[in-house]
Amino acid sequence: MRLKLRIWRQKNAQSEGKFVDYKLDGVSEDSSFLEMLDLLNEQLIDRNEEPVHFDHDCREGICGMCGLVINGIAHGPKAAVTTCQLHMRVFKDGDSITVEPWRAKAFPVIKDLIVDRSAFDRIVQAGGYISVNTGQAPDANVIPVPKEQADRAMDAAACIGCGACVAACPNGSAMLFTSAKLAHLNSLPQGQAERFDRAVLMVNQMDAEGFGGCTNIGECEAVCPKEISLDFIAMMNRDLLRANLMGKGKR
Amino acid sequence: MQVAVLPRSSIGKKALMAVTGAVWIGYLVLHMWGNLHIFQGQEAFNHYAEFLREVGEPVFSYAQVLWIIRIVIVFSLVAHMWSAWELYLQATRARSTSYAVKRVVQANYASRFMRIGGVVIILFVIFHLAQYTWGWVTEFDRADPYRNVVIGFSNPIIVLFYLLALASLGLHLFHGVWSMFQTLGLNSRRFDGFFRGLAVFAALVVPLGFATVPLAVLFGILK
Repeated sequence: MRLKLRIWRQKNAQSEGKFVDYKLDGVSEDSSFLEMLDLLNEQLIDRNEEPVHFDHDCREGICGMCGLVINGIAHGPKAAVTTCQLHMRVFKDGDSITVEPWRAKAFPVIKDLIVDRSAFDRIVQAGGYISVNTGQAPDANVIPVPKEQADRAMDAAACIGCGACVAACPNGSAMLFTSAKLAHLNSLPQGQAERFDRAVLMVNQMDAEGFGGCTNIGECEAVCPKEISLDFIAMMNRDLLRANLMGKGKR
Repeated sequence: MQVAVLPRSSIGKKALMAVTGAVWIGYLVLHMWGNLHIFQGQEAFNHYAEFLREVGEPVFSYAQVLWIIRIVIVFSLVAHMWSAWELYLQATRARSTSYAVKRVVQANYASRFMRIGGVVIILFVIFHLAQYTWGWVTEFDRADPYRNVVIGFSNPIIVLFYLLALASLGLHLFHGVWSMFQTLGLNSRRFDGFFRGLAVFAALVVPLGFATVPLAVLFGILK
């Protein structure tokens, strides 16, 4: 395959970035999107040019490191996959592909296509845990969990924190991520003790990081590689409103 | 850590928007239903208009209930617009750099039209008050609302503007009614279809009910 690439290049967080055009030949349609970028980088290195920097780790769609806006869609045109699991066969020979980093005030660009997503880590630090005394490991099945609740918690826990929801949202909102992290614990018996404090603390942190508000349009859900549902946002809203009525979240 | 996260958080502003939107939906349904009295003729419609001032007597004195409703809906409208404006500013700060290429995957047109549609609706509300409450636009006689309506809607350009505003309202309700339940945390997988259906119902019935009056005048059914 022969491709025309238009890639965002930015030296560091301080500098102004710009698009640079590249022509790439000999791309296998069985290669992944990241392998295609590897091929480009090999050629750039051979030509003594700076390779294109991008985040990646497991390359099997489960770590949440990779993430590019490809032709205007976070993680590219195929639904429910990460960028690393997007294969070049979804493109046609001669296609033009525009590649951009996640765009959000809370996700500053570090270099080229790499953004700083530590805002997500701070949201999780604010309340994405349960407090337990350490010591002997508890016996299995001491706390019975109904199948339905276990499934629901698992659906939420599938979130890998890639940030595609923020990237796709015209408001730069992190509601889908935060709600998944909340629902993951709040759906289980172990999460109930701190349920409402958790909602307040994590929403507070989410707002403090400079994310936008939710307009319920559902673009986040559409690009999410793990198909996290908007349901969890409703659950978060419900918990936050109830937490406020109960005066929770004071620490 | 403060208690009052709600008023400062985006979720609190959205909850305010949802509640004030609900107030307006209630008002619009009553307003639309009441308007249909015009099809019972001049006397019945003018009688209904007078009833709106007399309602609640003798607990409330003349026009008191009307004024309470007016204050509540004006307050709701201002609060609704304030939250929209605050959230708009927050969104533009959060997404300060735009994409060179951006494609919409699943968001429907109505949901992306909320802000512009809201502006169309507020401009319409001001025009509507100027026409039928203050009587600045067309020939106006406070004692004869029926005649005011017939004269007002005999101008096709005014009717067209009303229809445009009602189309905006329909789109606003199509997303807004469902969105209201989602924001207040009342939505869930089980009820999602019901709330979507309710939104479609509201988005069709309310604007169509309103549209019957200007169209009936324009086509000579009401004289």
